[in-house]
Amino acid sequence: MADRTGINDIVKDENLVYKKTSVLTDRVMHYCPGCGHGTAHRLIAEVIEEMGIQADTIGITPVGCSVLMYNYLDIDMQEAAHGRAPAVATAIKRLMPDKFVFTYQGDGDLAAIGTAETIHACNRGENIAIFFINNGIYGMTGGQMAPTTLSGMKSSTSPYGRDVQMMGNPLKMTELVAQLPGTWYVTRQAVHTPASVRKAKKAIRQAFENQKLKKGLSLVEIVSNCNSGWKMSPVEANKWMVENMFPFYPPGDIKLEGRLTGKE
Amino acid sequence: MKELKLMKGNEAIAEAAIRAGADAYFGYPITPQSEILEYLMAEKPHERTGMVVLQAESEIAAINMVYGGAACGRKVITSSSSPGISLKQEGLSYIAGSELPCLVVNVVRGGPGLGTIQPAQSDYFQAVKGGGHGDYRLIVLAPQSVQEMADFVDLGFELAFKYRNPVMILTDGALGQMMEKVWLQEQKPRRTSFPEWATTGKTPDRERNIITSLDLDSAEQEKFNLRLQEKYRKLEAEEVRFELTDAEDADYLLVAYGTSARICQKSVRLARDQGIKAGLLRPVTLFPFPKKPLKELAGKVKGIMTVEMSTGQMVEDVRLAVEGVVQVEHYGRMGGIIPTPEEIVDALGKNFLK
Ligand SMILES: Cc1ncc(C[n+]2csc(CCOP(=O)(O)OP(=O)(O)O)c2C)c(N)n1
Ligand code: SF4
Ligand SMILES: [Mg+2]
Repeated sequence: MADRTGINDIVKDENLVYKKTSVLTDRVMHYCPGCGHGTAHRLIAEVIEEMGIQADTIGITPVGCSVLMYNYLDIDMQEAAHGRAPAVATAIKRLMPDKFVFTYQGDGDLAAIGTAETIHACNRGENIAIFFINNGIYGMTGGQMAPTTLSGMKSSTSPYGRDVQMMGNPLKMTELVAQLPGTWYVTRQAVHTPASVRKAKKAIRQAFENQKLKKGLSLVEIVSNCNSGWKMSPVEANKWMVENMFPFYPPGDIKLEGRLTGKE
Repeated sequence: MKELKLMKGNEAIAEAAIRAGADAYFGYPITPQSEILEYLMAEKPHERTGMVVLQAESEIAAINMVYGGAACGRKVITSSSSPGISLKQEGLSYIAGSELPCLVVNVVRGGPGLGTIQPAQSDYFQAVKGGGHGDYRLIVLAPQSVQEMADFVDLGFELAFKYRNPVMILTDGALGQMMEKVWLQEQKPRRTSFPEWATTGKTPDRERNIITSLDLDSAEQEKFNLRLQEKYRKLEAEEVRFELTDAEDADYLLVAYGTSARICQKSVRLARDQGIKAGLLRPVTLFPFPKKPLKELAGKVKGIMTVEMSTGQMVEDVRLAVEGVVQVEHYGRMGGIIPTPEEIVDALGKNFLK
């Protein structure tokens, strides 16, 4: 047996610099390596732990790659039908106004099939948080075109690139809901670099904190890669995201404390 | 305090929901049931009991709000009419697949498509065979009076929670719009404690609660389906409700539910006046269906006729129940037309006495 004295000298409480949050379970995540979903999950879990609201938080998972999020977060969760998470969250929050309620939704879920539920929950000003993972594609079903797919971007149902004349234009749901009086905080973030991860975590924290104010809905979009769907390596995918997604979906705050920042 | 009132069927359902201690109603307007939401909004249940009432952006949103509330262990009700109930089917399948209790009212109008706003019974198949995707059943209650519209709200919630299963009150535009005297039960308090499976926030003393209908493991998914079937067999063994009128000595048995059953009660009297020994079996639960009593009566009568405001849907279940022991016919009117007691007696004569 190898001599472990050295390791035991290092693994001590006083040397601890980072620890997996207890709000994440020990289940191995099913996400493709390099996918943004796992990072976004961790940030949400860390915020729940740091705020001490594990017993007061109810999350809603969508139909999409993150459908199994309930296996990874150690909180009460409901799995919603495709696109309907904002309606599900509305009822939970109305029935338990002092709980923290969030939905976690992909771009197909939130901006295609669930457009009506998204807009109306935002417009009613439900005191919930929506975390919106925009990877410009339907990841779970194998990389089909999403409402967010960029003009010219290839997907399995736009194999020659999205022809906006024929297939319609990419949809900026985040800018759209920022126009509604019921949204209090609307921001676009990313999780591809340590700096962006720190910023995204702040935004997620803000979305939870806002629920105490009862002033309206908080929506945090996270532009993310789907390296499998985009058919790229994780490194290539993040580079492609910065070069192609960010110009159309620029990170930054769109609405703060109920006021548009001018970046919409 | 119990109270006697003159009310529309739709209003009785709304008032009964408040008095049953319902926690929430979510719905979307559609004729002939909009009075339910209108009555609730006018009554300010948030002041009376703290009940949440919300007009949703669609029936799809409404049924998913029901899902969210039911998953928190709350007593949640929604209502609609045929086209809106069609929109709710995916949600109902999720609710059944997640074993959540809730109450859904279908004040049926004629179809298919936009159809008519007049009463019909043409959503029977959709109600009793599942309606959405997958192998599941709703518990289906069929009131025949404004009194039963009110009473079945409380009964529906009781069954829904006992079996962790969605319950449907299948009624129609005639019962929804008609005014009758109704005894309303006294106000039940809303609950303050919730089932152990409810997503009310994971406290340190328990594991997290997950509400889902997803299981990608085929063996587990099959096991779950078998467990659901066990529940449905238990319902068939223990929760069948039906009512007999002059059936003991009948030569000819009418089978009808809801509005049709009420008309058939008159038809039975008319037939007996003419010397035809008619009787009536009224299923009160459409699922579980009163198969056993039908089978027993089938051995004693010369003929059975179902009366439905449809082209004949329940008749298939009656035929399955009697297993060919006796001839089973159907008489129906469609498109919002309600049959008269006389034409039912005529139809009975034409089918069996010519
Ligand atoms: C009613 C319904 N329609 C279609 C599907 C199939 N489906 C599952 S996930 C999905 C798209 C998910 O894409 P997105 O929301 O962008 O999430 P991602 O997987 O990219 O994270 C679709 C179309 C479904 N499950 N239910
Ligand atoms: S398919 Fe795309 S979105 Fe889904 S886990 Fe893989 S990289 Fe992530
Ligand atoms: Mg996507």
